[in-house]
Amino acid sequence: MSGRHLLGVADLGTEGIDELLRLADTFVEVGRRPIPRVAALRGKTVVSAFFESSTRTRLSFETAAKRLSADVMTFTSSSSSLNKGESLRDTVLTIEAMGADAFVVRHSCAGVPSQVAGWLGEVGEAVVVNAGDGAHEHPTQALLDCFTITRERRARFASAATRPRALEGLHIAIVGDIRHSRVARSDVLAFNALGAEVTLVAPPTLLPPSLEGWPVALSHDLEAVLPKCDVAYLLRLQNERMTEQFVPSLHEYTATYGLTASRARLLGPETLVMHPGPVRRGIEIAAEVADSPRSVITTQVANGVAVRMAVLYHLLGSGAPVGA
Amino acid sequence: MLDQTGARRADVLVKGDVVSEVALPGELGRPAGALVLDAEGCVVAPGLVDLHCHLREPGGEEAETIETGSRAAALGGYTAVVAMPNTEPAASSAAVVRHVLQLSRGALCEVHPAGTITDGRLGRSLANLAEMAAEGVRIFTDDGNAVADPALMRRAMEYSRSLGAVIADHCEDPALTGDGCMNEGAVSSLLGLPGRPGVAEEVMVLRDLALARATGARLHLLHVSTAGAVAAVRAAKAVGVAVTAEATPHHLALEEDCVAGYDTSYKVNPPLRSHDDRSALLEALAQGVVDAIATDHAPHPPEAKQVSFCEAAPGMLGLETAFGVASTCLGLPIDRVLALMSWQPAAIAGLTGTQGGPVVPGAAANLCVLDPARRWTVVPSALASRSRNTPFAGRQLVGRARHTVLAGEPVVVAEEAQR
Ligand SMILES: [Zn+2]
Repeated sequence: MSGRHLLGVADLGTEGIDELLRLADTFVEVGRRPIPRVAALRGKTVVSAFFESSTRTRLSFETAAKRLSADVMTFTSSSSSLNKGESLRDTVLTIEAMGADAFVVRHSCAGVPSQVAGWLGEVGEAVVVNAGDGAHEHPTQALLDCFTITRERRARFASAATRPRALEGLHIAIVGDIRHSRVARSDVLAFNALGAEVTLVAPPTLLPPSLEGWPVALSHDLEAVLPKCDVAYLLRLQNERMTEQFVPSLHEYTATYGLTASRARLLGPETLVMHPGPVRRGIEIAAEVADSPRSVITTQVANGVAVRMAVLYHLLGSGAPVGA
Repeated sequence: MLDQTGARRADVLVKGDVVSEVALPGELGRPAGALVLDAEGCVVAPGLVDLHCHLREPGGEEAETIETGSRAAALGGYTAVVAMPNTEPAASSAAVVRHVLQLSRGALCEVHPAGTITDGRLGRSLANLAEMAAEGVRIFTDDGNAVADPALMRRAMEYSRSLGAVIADHCEDPALTGDGCMNEGAVSSLLGLPGRPGVAEEVMVLRDLALARATGARLHLLHVSTAGAVAAVRAAKAVGVAVTAEATPHHLALEEDCVAGYDTSYKVNPPLRSHDDRSALLEALAQGVVDAIATDHAPHPPEAKQVSFCEAAPGMLGLETAFGVASTCLGLPIDRVLALMSWQPAAIAGLTGTQGGPVVPGAAANLCVLDPARRWTVVPSALASRSRNTPFAGRQLVGRARHTVLAGEPVVVAEEAQR
C-alpha cells in the first residue's frame, strides 16, 4: 500500500489489494475460533466517526477492531447536529486529543476522509479508513466484494481454483444507480485493478455526468449483458422521492433494469449475484433471485469483518505475525 | 503613466484631493513638504475599480468589515469598490444603504453599495429600487442567487430603465444547480461530488439576455464562467443588447481540477470550470466580449470553510491578489489589464466622475502605482482581510500595487497600508 491511510482503492494498487485479500483469508479463520480474538492491536484505539448513520458498516468495523483487541470509541452524529460554530476540523481534533490511533470515517459528503487525514496529519500520526464518503468511495466494500468473488468462485468452480488471481478476465456487470453510488466507484477501480472487465448498466440519468477516465464499458440493455457476465452486481436504488427525479417510476425501473426471476434465467451456470445491501427486494432484484444459491449477498456481509480486520491490522499492526 | 488616453513618462503632482500637475520627468518642481512616492519601474494609473466584492458589513463582521475589506482593496490598488448587498440585513432599503454609506466614511477606498433587486433578496417581490437609487445606488443585484422568477426579473428590468440603473445577475438557475458544489463533469464524476452544470449558467444568461433585449434595460452579468455564457454575450452584443460582463481572476486562472484534493478554498459559485471553459473566457477577455475583471471577493471565517466540501461556504478572497493574478496569468498587456480593472468597470458602475478617468490636472486624485515586475508569494496570514480563504495561498505572483492614493491621501505606501 502506498499511503498511510485507506481513503480510496487507488491507495492500494493491485498488490495492496492482493495483500489485504491474503491477510483477510487468515482472519476468516480467526472468526471461526471459540474466542474469535487475537491480541494484534492491544493498546490501540480505533474511533468510528460516523457522521452519517450506518449501523451495518459501523458494527462491521467495530467488530473487526474488537477481534483485534483494539479499544473502540464510537462517535455518531449527523453533521447537522454538530455544535453551531464548531467546525468539522475542531470536532476531529477534539476526538484525536482523547487518544486515537485510527479514525474510521463515514460522511454523507465526498472527500471528508481525506480532509480528516489532512487535519490529523497536522498534529499526529493517526490513520484514516474511509468507511464511505458521499458518492465517492467505499474501499472496504470493494475489498470485501473482491474477497467474496475470489473465495466463492474458488469454493464452487474447479476452473477458478487454479487461477492465481480469481478476478482475472472475469466479466462483471454493475447494474443500477451508479450516479449516487460510492460502492460502484470503488468496485470499478478494484475489479479493474484485479483484471476484470466491468460493464455499467443503467439508464443515462443514473450514470455519473461523465465516464471520462473510467475503465468500463457501458450498456443500457441488461438482457444483452446478463448472459455474458460472471458476476451480476446490483446496486440499491435510492429512496423513492429522489428516484423519481431520475426515473419515471420504480415500476418502470424494475421492468427495464431489475434482476427479475425471468431475467435471472439468462445468467450462466457459474454467474454470481451480488448486492452491497440493504436489498430492496422486488425493486432492483427479485426476492427469489436474492435468495437463490447463486446469490452471495449474505456472504458479502459475513466477509466484511475479516476484510476490515485485515485493513485495520495492516494500517495499525506492528507487522508481527497474526498469532494468539 | 498609463490611462485610457495612452502611456507616457511623467511625474504627477497631487494637491489636496486632485491632480494638480502632470509634467515630463524632472520638469516638476518639488514643493516644500511634499511626500514623494517612488514609482521607478512602475505604472502610475487611475485607481482600480472592483465591481463585485462582499464586505460583509453589516451582519458578517466575523468574516470582514468595511474597514478590513477596504484596507485589502487599497493594498490591491483599488480606489473604489461596489459592495454586494447580501449582508444581514440585506441592502434592500434606503435605510440599510445609508447605514453602509455611513460605515464607509473612514474606509480606505470609495465604497459604493449595490442594492438588492428583490425585497430581502428573497426573490418574491421588488425591493424599493427608486428609494435606493435616490441614495446613489447604481447597481442592483441579488448576487449569491439569481432572480429565479422570470416575470419578476422582467419587471425589475423594466422598472430600472427610469432609474439609469444597471441590473446585475448571478447567473445560475437554482433548479439546475441543486445541491451541487463544484463544476459538473469528468472531475466531479470521479470525486463523487454533486455538480453544478455549466448549462445552469447558460440557461440563465440566455434568459437574461432575452429579457434585456425585450425591455431595453442595462444588464450586467456577474462572474461569467462558461464557454456557452461568453458565446451568448458575444452574440447579444453583436445585435446591440445593452449588456456588459465581468469575469473573476479565479475563473481566469484556475480550473476544476483544483478541487481534486477536496480543499474547500477552491469552493466558489459559479464553480471553477473546465479547461475549455477557461480558454473561452480568456479568449473573450482578449476580444473585449468580457468588459471587466471583478474579484467577487468573498471572505469567510475558518469555521465556514473547515467543514465538508458540501457544507463549506462558497467564495474566495480576491482584492489583494487580483492585480497580481491578472498580470501573471492572463498574458495581456498592462494597458488592457488596466482597462479591464479600472476605467471600464468605472464606466459600468457610473463612477467616471471620480474614478478611472484620465490623469490630468483637475482630475480626482484616485491613483494607484503598480509594479508589474514585483515577485511575491501569497501568504494568507499576511493578508489584510479578516479572513484567510484565498485559493492562491503559497503561489508566486508577478505584479503588485506599490502605492495607492485615495482622494489625494496616500493610503498605501510601499505596500503598507497607512491606516
Ligand atoms: Zn455571485
